[in-house]
Amino acid sequence: MKPAPFQYAEPTTVEEALQILHERGDEAKVLAGGQSLIPLLNMRLAMPELLVDINRVEGLDAWKDSEELSLGALVRQREIEENQDLATRYPLLAEAIRYVGHPQIRNRGTVLGSLAHADPAAELPLVFTALEGRFELQSLGSSRTVSAEDFFLHIMTTALEPDELLVRARIPRREASTGSCFSEVARRHGDFAVVAVAVTVRVEEGVCRAAAIALGGVGPTPLRAAEAEEWLRDQDADARAFDQAGKTAARECAPASDIHGSAEYRREAASALVSRALRVAAGRALE
Amino acid sequence: MTVNGTEHRATVPVRLLLSDFIRDGLGLTGTHVGCEHGVCGCCTILLDGEPVRSCLLLAVQASGHELTTVEGLAENGTLNPLQRAFREEHALQCGFCTSGILTTLTAFLRRNPRPTRDEIREALSGNLCRCTGYVNIVNAVQRAVEAQE
Amino acid sequence: MSSRWFGERVARNEDERFLTGRGRYVDDIQLPGVLHAAVLRSPIANGRIAAVDTEAAKALPGVHLVWTARDLGDVLRPSPMVVPNAALTAPRTQYPLATETVSYAGQPVAFVVADDRYVAEDACDLIEVDYETLPAVVDLEAAVEPGSPLVHEDVPLNVAALLAQATGDVDGAFATAAHVFEEKLFIERGAGQPMECRAVAAAYDLVDRVLTVYDTTQAPLSIRNGLAVLFGLHENEVRVVAPDVGGGFGTKIMMFYSEEVLVPLAALRLKRPVKWTEDRREHLIASNHERGQVHWSAVAVDADGVILGVKDRFLHDTGAFTPYGIIVPIITSTQLPGPYRIRNYSSEATVVYTNKVPVTPYRGAGRPHACFVMERLVDRIASELDLDRAEVRRRNFIQPDEFPWDVGLTFQDGRPTRYDSGNYPEGLAKALEAIGYGEFPGEKARAHEQGRYLGLGVACYVEGTGIGPYEGAHVRIDGTAQRVVVATCVGTQGQGHETSFAQIVADQLGVRPDQVEITTGDSRSMNWGSGTYASRSAVVTGNAINAAAEAVSEKAKSIASDLFEAGPEDIELGDGRIGVRGSPEHSVSLWDIAVMANPIRYAYGDQAKEAMSMLRPKDGPALELDVEPGLEARKYFAPDRATWASGVHAAVLEIDVETGIPTIKRYVAVHDCGRVINPTVVEGQVHGGVAQGIGGAFYERMEYAADGQPLSTTFMDYLIPTSMEVPDIETVHVETPSTLNPLGIKGAGEAGVIPVPALMAAAVEDALSPFGVRVTSMPLSPSDIRELIRSNNGGVKGRGAEAQRNTE
Repeated sequence: MKPAPFQYAEPTTVEEALQILHERGDEAKVLAGGQSLIPLLNMRLAMPELLVDINRVEGLDAWKDSEELSLGALVRQREIEENQDLATRYPLLAEAIRYVGHPQIRNRGTVLGSLAHADPAAELPLVFTALEGRFELQSLGSSRTVSAEDFFLHIMTTALEPDELLVRARIPRREASTGSCFSEVARRHGDFAVVAVAVTVRVEEGVCRAAAIALGGVGPTPLRAAEAEEWLRDQDADARAFDQAGKTAARECAPASDIHGSAEYRREAASALVSRALRVAAGRALE
Repeated sequence: MTVNGTEHRATVPVRLLLSDFIRDGLGLTGTHVGCEHGVCGCCTILLDGEPVRSCLLLAVQASGHELTTVEGLAENGTLNPLQRAFREEHALQCGFCTSGILTTLTAFLRRNPRPTRDEIREALSGNLCRCTGYVNIVNAVQRAVEAQE
Repeated sequence: MSSRWFGERVARNEDERFLTGRGRYVDDIQLPGVLHAAVLRSPIANGRIAAVDTEAAKALPGVHLVWTARDLGDVLRPSPMVVPNAALTAPRTQYPLATETVSYAGQPVAFVVADDRYVAEDACDLIEVDYETLPAVVDLEAAVEPGSPLVHEDVPLNVAALLAQATGDVDGAFATAAHVFEEKLFIERGAGQPMECRAVAAAYDLVDRVLTVYDTTQAPLSIRNGLAVLFGLHENEVRVVAPDVGGGFGTKIMMFYSEEVLVPLAALRLKRPVKWTEDRREHLIASNHERGQVHWSAVAVDADGVILGVKDRFLHDTGAFTPYGIIVPIITSTQLPGPYRIRNYSSEATVVYTNKVPVTPYRGAGRPHACFVMERLVDRIASELDLDRAEVRRRNFIQPDEFPWDVGLTFQDGRPTRYDSGNYPEGLAKALEAIGYGEFPGEKARAHEQGRYLGLGVACYVEGTGIGPYEGAHVRIDGTAQRVVVATCVGTQGQGHETSFAQIVADQLGVRPDQVEITTGDSRSMNWGSGTYASRSAVVTGNAINAAAEAVSEKAKSIASDLFEAGPEDIELGDGRIGVRGSPEHSVSLWDIAVMANPIRYAYGDQAKEAMSMLRPKDGPALELDVEPGLEARKYFAPDRATWASGVHAAVLEIDVETGIPTIKRYVAVHDCGRVINPTVVEGQVHGGVAQGIGGAFYERMEYAADGQPLSTTFMDYLIPTSMEVPDIETVHVETPSTLNPLGIKGAGEAGVIPVPALMAAAVEDALSPFGVRVTSMPLSPSDIRELIRSNNGGVKGRGAEAQRNTE
């Protein structure tokens, strides 16, 4: 399984990269961590004319943690995993990242690369959906910010235009009285999720004030279970409410069947995972 | 790039995978190719000390980096404590996955010199073995850890 | 002969090179000027090839040849039938490249040789093939229905073979039984998937006029013999070497995979070395699979759960061709009675073609299926009659004093199925104790109170091992190098042959195992033999090696007895020396005896000069009649029939009933493979087999779409268990020596995998007993487990069909 021939560009600045995409974006693919793209190249499922390797672009590996977490395109998954400080302020991301493949994958894979790849069963798109992350897309001479909801369009399809580069993604800090939980069922440890959930819930005096319930593996993009979120508002933070939220969220899914799980299974698993995750998140809200 | 301490310089096609460059270009056939899509771990090498899938890197991407392959793990031509423990615990049978497991564990033990059995299993979970059922590999790591103490 | 090394946990001779990255797998072998091959494979499962255009591919720079079937000349013939059988009335084997039709997706259609693999794959992309797609059949039951698409136009109802075996009076048994229980059972397709894919490299040496083929095959001699016939060469003009091979598991034994013909042919035609290394995608879709069967089984019992008779009818999925005959269904049919006293048995197997890659043996080779059926029936008896599962087994075991036990059937080697020795009650008792069977009901109840679901499973198996025809070994003492050099031509794929065989030799010759060099897999070093399969290497090759080493030992003793003027019975070997027992001054090194055994006029080196000086001058010819120079011997071992290993596995697992995810908490493997050469090696084999069994229980399933498209095309689809899915495995040893070979050994290579599907089915069923679930199919994904729970909800204990009882 060897890649088909391609031309190779190795820009060293963002401008250079954008210039290349401006000229040849529709026949190019951007290479960052390569953990998703290179298998596709090897299997000849992707055969771009031009590969734009951004690993040497200056400045893209920067990240900033002030009122929010702002990650550049070359921040490796492993960096996030290893940073204990980040775990307290961005617990959902820290928890989810351990489910992404294996250490060997996370050493090279980038957070933004996983977002741009937009596999419906991937963990990081789900986290950014739950937290309403914001994505900065740059093209030559312009820049725009897109919400997670508007970024993930379909299976492996995002709002990125051929001449655009995802240069930065942001998520907010954990709020007061808010707990989060990431959970998934996968066939084996480290595999893509069959169903994954990322939830946050704000609990004040034993009552759920707000919740975000995001589901992965149940549709072509990560799904926010808006009905369940709405229903949960002002409910007592107890097992009955969480179970009901889970059932509601499951009804909002329209999953497909594949060799790893039937549609009905995914709905059932979604219900169970949402219920359990809410319970854990509510517990953590008090910490 | 530097491989096992030796500098190398080459001109290669851009699509040449690092795994193929290591094996054919450098003649270091200890790194094995099992799947070419990043799952089996047989091709795992250390890039600047951290384990990566060499089948998911282009050779040109390794330029300027330090690589360690299984051939670079032994000490002065003798088996290092981890390798010795593998032999003593029968942690290999056909040997095909062994190179990738040794590089993975070398980096792992550097970070976590006294792992629990569960942590060892998790560290191994990105390397497939079809022969051993993993039990003896976990035993070997524990033995190597004990030997160091 | 000492028994110092037999039974010892000797660390392996072969490990050092693997640990330091100096293994020599086929793809590692550097052949100067080598070219690289790639194969274009059919994208459809059933169809006709209307047209092929290779012009663009041939014109690509760096391409040296592009072949389709019409370029193959004399070599274009179907591959031979490896194991013919009278019941196989419609055998079909493949051409090296598809001629007019394709019968499975992945079938080789064109062959390219280029400067490197990258260019070769580019060339494959440029080959244009027009196919007329025909409907395909993938479902086993559908394939034998009238109106099903045909895999081969001239094979009605896709039936390749009808195989029937019976013993006793099964109809009479069923007629008088107190109870009859029926089960329809499924085991689905899976595959061996060694970590090293297949590879073939060939070079024709113009000076020596030898075609050397490096091949990952498990049977180098068969390939050598076959290629010689195919290419019209003498056997000594072809050398096949299986060097280090990264796992075999049965998948790497064929005659031939297409590439095993095409690569050497290309080397001959191009007069340059050619290499082909399979990639994982190819291996998943086009290297042989196994495991697909559907059974309709029934057991007749008396009121106490004692089995009166068993009937089994099954369909066996052979894929699109029958390159390995019907070995797998024969084994299933013969092994089904297992360790139980079953005097009345009938088995009917229909071997069915489907538009999928062919089926040849994969570790277990039909035994896992047999064990699954029998053990599900036994568990069913227990459940229906409200008896303890272990008790039902005890009531039905063949007892230790009943050996040899004639099952009344014919095994895969054409010999009677007669169990030579065993102790099944002891095996079960040890397994139950180790797993905590007695305490488990309490453990299960306590877990249930916490809302957790635990289950315990037990499964017993027997395994016919060590079949013929024969193996050979050549043992020679090299006095100058001070090594014992041993050659045998079975292949090695990780089983530790270089060590366990060395232990046998070390005992015979009084040396250390690390002083013994074992060469396997080189047709040049040993001309006669069969191959590594069917758990036979330790038994058959081990005994051949033992016989050859013993012959060498006898000869050494005879020379030493002349030298020291003592009777041969007073001569002993040990610590690398040989001499008169109890008289250390009358001894000499074994290496010196080897030098002395070659009565030539000159001696190289001081050591040899000194050894030769010890000889007294001889009256008469240098070699007496029938005496050969040197210390070497070539011996063969041909077993009368299979020797029967056995075992019991037990496991406790927990199921998360909301997500369907199983977690194995405890696993015990009791195994009896007779006398054991190296317990560590045997345990390793058991561990590996168990891991593959767990894969086949919960993770591994080769999936196909209805049109025959393979859906398991990457390691993200076909799921090999990782270290997180395989638990710690406690192995317990029982030993009932084989009565069929001097060393008393039985085979162990496949044991680990055989009972696992049965075991996991039982454990899952036990865990989900509150839901009344019955498990009749393997593997089970979490989605499948959830479906079982969903469809049986309500706590009603399902009862399967029960045939009319005879109330007389």
